[in-house]
Amino acid sequence: MRAPSASDIAAGEILLSIENVSLSFGGVRAIRDVSFDIKKGEVRAIIGPNGAGKTSMLNVINGFYQPQHGRITFKGETRTKMRPYDAARGGIARTFQNVALFKGMSALDNIMAGRTLKMKRGFLWQILRVGPALTEEIEHRRRVEEIIDFLEIQAIRKVPVARLPYGLQKRVELGRALAMEPELLLLDEPMAGMNLEEKEDMSRFIIDVNDHFGTTIALIEHDMGVVMDLSDRVVVLDHGVKIADGTPDAVKANQDVIDAYLGVAH
Amino acid sequence: MLYRETGQFKTSYAADMAIFPIRQDRIALGALLIFAFVGVPALDAFQVWPFGGEYLIRAILIPFLILSLAAVGLNTLTGYCGQLSLGSGAFMAIGAYSAYKFGTGVRIPLEIFTIDIPPLPVFWCILLGGLMAAFVGILFGVPSLRIKGLYLAVATLAAQFFFDWLFIRVKWFTNYTSSGSVVAPDLTFFGLYVNKPIERYMLCLIFVTVFALMAKNLVRGNIGRQWMAIRDMDIAAELMGIRPLYAKLTAFAISSFMIGVAGALWAFIYLGAWEPLAFNIDRSFQILFMVIIGGLGSILGSFLGAAFILVLPILLDQVPHALGIAVSVETVSLLVFMVTGALICWLLIVEPHGFARLWSTGKEKLRFWPYPY
Ligand SMILES: Nc1ncnc2c1ncn2[C@@H]1O[C@H](COP(=O)(O)OP(=O)(O)OP(=O)(O)O)[C@@H](O)[C@H]1O
Ligand SMILES: [Mg+2]
Repeated sequence: MRAPSASDIAAGEILLSIENVSLSFGGVRAIRDVSFDIKKGEVRAIIGPNGAGKTSMLNVINGFYQPQHGRITFKGETRTKMRPYDAARGGIARTFQNVALFKGMSALDNIMAGRTLKMKRGFLWQILRVGPALTEEIEHRRRVEEIIDFLEIQAIRKVPVARLPYGLQKRVELGRALAMEPELLLLDEPMAGMNLEEKEDMSRFIIDVNDHFGTTIALIEHDMGVVMDLSDRVVVLDHGVKIADGTPDAVKANQDVIDAYLGVAH
Repeated sequence: MLYRETGQFKTSYAADMAIFPIRQDRIALGALLIFAFVGVPALDAFQVWPFGGEYLIRAILIPFLILSLAAVGLNTLTGYCGQLSLGSGAFMAIGAYSAYKFGTGVRIPLEIFTIDIPPLPVFWCILLGGLMAAFVGILFGVPSLRIKGLYLAVATLAAQFFFDWLFIRVKWFTNYTSSGSVVAPDLTFFGLYVNKPIERYMLCLIFVTVFALMAKNLVRGNIGRQWMAIRDMDIAAELMGIRPLYAKLTAFAISSFMIGVAGALWAFIYLGAWEPLAFNIDRSFQILFMVIIGGLGSILGSFLGAAFILVLPILLDQVPHALGIAVSVETVSLLVFMVTGALICWLLIVEPHGFARLWSTGKEKLRFWPYPY
């Protein structure tokens, strides 16, 4: 698949739109009346200082948090809140800020678990593990091995993930999300805590996913260099409020953004 | 032959996904099964030591097989799906009493008509016992969607006490016998009368082999991965489209089914005649200890744990005896408690995955031996 060019994206079809969403926890107003959209095929960065509400926004998008106000339109369907199962069904996958792998399982099983929604055989077949159930298992194993090859983690596929170093855990987690063959991939600080070389690898994977599979990506990242390089458009949050939205260059030049990052009093 | 993978290249995913991918493991398992199915009956036929008399088969092998099945059942729920249960005894009782009722005819007089099921063949009674337990298991699994960990354990404990009470108080279950103890129907399977210990042993062996194989298939398939995903990180699992309701309730159903069948076998084949006390809280703990010691999240571990818990008292009884030290029965049972308790504490601290993990770590070392990596 060909990656959409910048002009394609500018004219592009909207995959997800967030309208006037507000979310609070008791007194804490994590998101305040935020609207933005994500277009098909783009890499959309969400940036902002600590506690700005970035993770909360991803949680709203895939239904883990339910906003008090606002509407979410995904693939043309509008609702006031997502449900996690519907989000997964609809093709939204994600990785987590603090790696949320299945610790007791091998890397391979973690990624295989990402295929759950695609596997259809009921448990009577699985008990026998013959015929269609076995064929299905092998077929999905083949798809998962492609992802393993793509992420270059062949050597660790049978290792329980708890024993892997942090950088590799992040990679397995990306693999698990890719196994869902998502239309929209939410990445919450995929490069946090990595060294330069690992960051370069991860950037390459993200670009490849976006280019080759045409997957739309929403990316939270603190490293400005990475954001500038990878993203097509950037939305900036601060204290739950959207303060800027536009191309990386426009956002970088925006005075509000500079103030927010330098901590100027409001 | 060395324990090596060298030279065993897998040319297909099917081969890599085989039940035991390493050849030496397959040979060992095959040998064990042949011994269990052919060797034991042969040794018994010739009364070779230690098979002289019926003690070994009747008092060790049969209970070992049945309790292993119960441990496999509990392990699917607690070890694989992460739902702690203290109600195994109750589910064994449900299996046993359901099988008993189906074996002696179920008669429920209602207002308008009477439900009247004639006595069924023993084989079906045992399976129905499992099904009834599965049904109750699903009911008790529903709260697990809201409550977790220790609170769930307490809820299953409540189930244990409720069913203890039910089978003592509601005389219908025991067909109104005055003592409350009941006798299993004759064991006729498809026209074969099963009576001698070796025959009973074979019957249990078949049940246990089939169900253990099924459990192994489940835990390495899609459902097993869903169970473990829920156990390890339920939030991430849910966001991937794994439904906690489905995963947990299937775990409860499968687990209770196997424990229920184990209960029916325990009652019909091992005990023959029993009273509600046979399935009290002690039984629940015994099975839980088997799972913890053997290894949470391991089918093999369930067998190791069952063997250990059953053999320990015998060893503690026989060894001092053989050494000429007089030890009273009370001391032995006290020692059993102490050793089991100490071992569980030690395992929980050092190796939470029990014997099975020690075993697999050992194997892993052996694969590379004598090189450290
Ligand atoms: N489950 C929750 N309960 C209560 N408060 C929460 C919860 N989740 C987030 N918050 C609050 O909402 C605000 C936004 O948090 P969020 O995690 O979305 O920030 P973030 O932009 O992802 O920050 P960081 O860069 O540190 O990850 C914070 O003040 C946080 O304390
Ligand atoms: Mg965050």
